[in-house]
Amino acid sequence: MPLPLELAQKLREKFSGAFLEPVVFRGEVTLKLADPARIDEVCVYAKSSLGFDMLLDITGVDNYGEDPRWTLVYELYGLGHSCHLRIKTDVSEEASELPTVSSVWRTADWHEREVYDMMGIRFGGHPDLRRILMWEGYPYFPLRKDFPLAGKSSESPDVAFSRTAPLEGGPFVTLPGGKDTVSREPRVRIPEA
Amino acid sequence: MAIQTIEFKDSASRSSGLAAESPAVPDDLRDVEGDKLIVNMGPSHPSTHGVLRIVVELDGETITKATPDLGYLHRGDEKIAENMTYTQFIPYTDRLDYLAPLANNVAYVLAVEKLLGIDGALTPRCQYIRVICCELARISAHLLGLGAFAMDVGAMTVFLHTFTEREKIYNLAESLTGARFTTSYTRIGGLSRDLPAGWVDSVRRFCNEVVVNFDESEKLLTRNRIFVDRTRDVGVISRELAIDYGLTGPNLRGSGVSYDVRKAHPYLCYKDLEFDIPVGSVGDCYDRYLVRMEEMRQSVRIIRQCLDRIPGGPDNPTKEPINIQDGKVVLPPKEKVLTGMEELIHQFILVTQGINAPPGEVYFGAENPKGELGFYINSRGGGTPYRLKIRAPSFVNLGIMPAVLPGHLMSDMVSILGSIDFVMGECDR
Repeated sequence: MPLPLELAQKLREKFSGAFLEPVVFRGEVTLKLADPARIDEVCVYAKSSLGFDMLLDITGVDNYGEDPRWTLVYELYGLGHSCHLRIKTDVSEEASELPTVSSVWRTADWHEREVYDMMGIRFGGHPDLRRILMWEGYPYFPLRKDFPLAGKSSESPDVAFSRTAPLEGGPFVTLPGGKDTVSREPRVRIPEA
Repeated sequence: MAIQTIEFKDSASRSSGLAAESPAVPDDLRDVEGDKLIVNMGPSHPSTHGVLRIVVELDGETITKATPDLGYLHRGDEKIAENMTYTQFIPYTDRLDYLAPLANNVAYVLAVEKLLGIDGALTPRCQYIRVICCELARISAHLLGLGAFAMDVGAMTVFLHTFTEREKIYNLAESLTGARFTTSYTRIGGLSRDLPAGWVDSVRRFCNEVVVNFDESEKLLTRNRIFVDRTRDVGVISRELAIDYGLTGPNLRGSGVSYDVRKAHPYLCYKDLEFDIPVGSVGDCYDRYLVRMEEMRQSVRIIRQCLDRIPGGPDNPTKEPINIQDGKVVLPPKEKVLTGMEELIHQFILVTQGINAPPGEVYFGAENPKGELGFYINSRGGGTPYRLKIRAPSFVNLGIMPAVLPGHLMSDMVSILGSIDFVMGECDR
């Protein structure tokens, strides 16, 4: 058994029942955690006992129109054993909150701020959960799928852009499977419109 | 001449990485209850290299708290990526780390190729050319980082020296890709074009010239009293702190961790090439400078090996392919599109719908000049990514600022920022 899979099995044994079956795709192991509230204890164990001393990245994914809406993806790496491990967990739209791991790896501080900034998912216990790329007071979460590419107009006085951006007909993407040209080549895709 | 060791009052606490927990305020200042002064540095301060803003709280001249403020260059690259095909996003990667666009191009297409499962099928000639591109980009980025760093701490000449060499790299990029800056050279499954005639000789000549320049820059800096005074024992990042904050690239290696993606998880033809990974011992600004200096020399070493071994040689008389032979991934040659039905269909589908990627998710990290540039691609099938996350090394590396800056003098901040070597285009995405 390859080492990343072995480490994933160890993690599953420690938290029996908390993880689904590991998925291997292109040589990468992904573990799905059923209960997002346990992400912090899982990460503490992964760091202290399994040698995953580095957190490379945290990504938020918006599964718009599905339940649960959010997926959080943690990209772990161990310098000692040179193994990657991906831990995923789903968070419902009603909760939109899960515990922070910034006390496990301090790099998570900024990653979590970015997820909050872009998606609006909150991290319980985070020391300083502010926006990081957008400015304080910006009313939307731009990486949500229901946020249009052209941006949203706003009435707020502090928002720099009060009109949507001109896209000049873009984005020029054809979606396979549409019944006519209009649905295959939507010029401006605004999910809620 | 021996380098003198500079004794700081609190050098012991700094070397052990305690600076983060306890801002080192000299003892004789501790009892002075002065007002804290808030200074706003940036977003257009010369030493913040772009549009980084740092709000620092000062007690006298000592920084007690530093809060970076990002996002001035946020363009929503990840949002844009969700709305276009994989190939269409390649030009956007030029604008991430805009000091090393070639390396970004390579890193991005490698991530997509991993998703498609064709990363093992790349032609040898393509792999060698990509490695040369990456290493040229590394030299270019390090030269700028070094020049700007030296200028920030008062050595103007080095900046002029390094920029002379960078100009040559831009010329090489221009003859290779047609653009000096926005190269967009790679394609998924290959490259946009083969090497132009005489390019290999130009690179060889460049390699011979640039090593002379390294020596000159090193003579100006490595034993320069002013430079050493301003960088030694300044901005010490301990090994543990560096790992905790997820530093990668020269900043992590400056702290003594020999993690390099090119060695740990070799991609392209790096496993066939000989090169060393320089690491620092203290983790101060001076170590990071030395690591970058040596990395450039190693890059030249890699480029020379590649030039000697490149399959097909400089002019490729044997017509070694640079693209993988798969009509569903790589655009067919134009003359075949005009004469063949199958090629015409492939061209049409690839341009309008993009490459049909399988559903799944991959993370690919490449060793870029600033650190590990990672792409996490979440695909639900089809020609556009469902979610594309860019793990920008500059973003992660700047995260350590609130932990490193407190306890230092305001003027040390310039050295520390210069030695961390970040690019805001990549940080803000």
